[in-house]
Amino acid sequence: MIQTLKTTLTRGLLALSLGLSIGGAALAATPDALVRKISTEVLDAAKGDKGIQSGNINRIIELVDSKVMPNVNFEVMTRSAVGVQWRSATAEQRSALQSEFKTLLVRVYSGALTELKDQTVEITRTQPVTGSTQVVVQSEVRGKGEPIKLDYRLDRPAGSPDAAWKIIDVNVGGIWLVQSYRSQFAQELTRGGIDGLIKALAERNKASRG
Amino acid sequence: MTPRAPLRGLCAAALMAALLLGGCATTTPNTENPRVASDPWEGFNRKVFAFNEVLDEKVARPVAETYRDVVPQLVRTGVGNFIGNIGDLWSAANHLLQGKLQAGVEMGIRFVTNSFFGLGGVLDPASEMGLTRRSEDFGQTLAVWGVGAGPYVVLPLLGPSTVRDSTGLVVDRQVAPSVLFAAESDRYAMTTLEIVHGRSVLLGTTALLSIVALDKYSFTREAWLSRRQDQIFDGAPPLETFEDIEDSNPAPSNAK
Repeated sequence: MIQTLKTTLTRGLLALSLGLSIGGAALAATPDALVRKISTEVLDAAKGDKGIQSGNINRIIELVDSKVMPNVNFEVMTRSAVGVQWRSATAEQRSALQSEFKTLLVRVYSGALTELKDQTVEITRTQPVTGSTQVVVQSEVRGKGEPIKLDYRLDRPAGSPDAAWKIIDVNVGGIWLVQSYRSQFAQELTRGGIDGLIKALAERNKASRG
Repeated sequence: MTPRAPLRGLCAAALMAALLLGGCATTTPNTENPRVASDPWEGFNRKVFAFNEVLDEKVARPVAETYRDVVPQLVRTGVGNFIGNIGDLWSAANHLLQGKLQAGVEMGIRFVTNSFFGLGGVLDPASEMGLTRRSEDFGQTLAVWGVGAGPYVVLPLLGPSTVRDSTGLVVDRQVAPSVLFAAESDRYAMTTLEIVHGRSVLLGTTALLSIVALDKYSFTREAWLSRRQDQIFDGAPPLETFEDIEDSNPAPSNAK
């Protein structure tokens, strides 16, 4: 009888530790868990912050920078928005493009969040994108009136099943941001090349700060 | 039949003709630059866009801002609810025309609930009950029926649209809140209120757009078309592949 008790206990502990480790790995890994974590953190922080409640854009930018941006892959976003000309850009130009685009995107995302007051976020659907390793997590910000759609496209480096998922595009209210910037980038690139694009982005960022 | 009705009919006929002549083409990718939406009428559109911007800056936005600043939030919410309630009935009809029975019934229940228990639509108890608004218009119905979008077009005063959606708009206006009123002056007043209220709701969005757009015209076009696809597919548009530039070559060094 003691033997069976020992076996049961050992088996139980083994199962428990396995469950914890798998659960632990899974919590960090799945795309929708990541989105849920980010959304909850952002909304909770927004609720408790008077500055954010009153619409102070700099406070919101700080919040977005600290809670959301670490989970975003800006290189992929910038590369995708710029297109084939990325290949001929120098390392300095790439770095400048990425940095300016990041500032702009943070501004867009933060601006969309000023409309949030007393809301909850519900993950509505998680869909793998056929023919790629990408996943789209769809969520809705629900409060008064019509819910606002907030979707995230995530990806992680191929061949690394333990790598963290990163956001590569955001959809606010039905508008995919990286896609929306492609045409504007294409225009600037035609007009003034990569340096022209960097200049246009820098000017826009400067104007939005003033 | 009021004297205006034949004019409306003429506009509808003209738009339908343009649609048919356009060959019911879908918004195909721009052949010169496949990453950008097709915009064959871009020259004309940019001019109308510029005109609309001036009108917005001088008239629409100041009036909407005054409305927002002067009229109490509660009253504005009531106005929005009233306009939205009329819209819910039309949305129900469109859901049914698209073959979505459940959604159509739900929106119908929304309308009835808000009309009877919401003081004629000024309050919105249906949302509290869990029936969220899912708006539909006739342009979306045409899309579901397989009508191609046709070229992107910027309408004077009304803003971004496509040939198909403009046709849908003509039909939508037949069931707008203004039809509830008999007197011509009341109809104008209601339509004006609709426009001002609608503009005030978008003040935050347009302000943000002004800040973050490199080119307002392009951003508006891409954003509007993207959002329209989303509306047509009820929040679940076919997921486009995300173009990434494969980068096997290291960046060339800046040796200039």
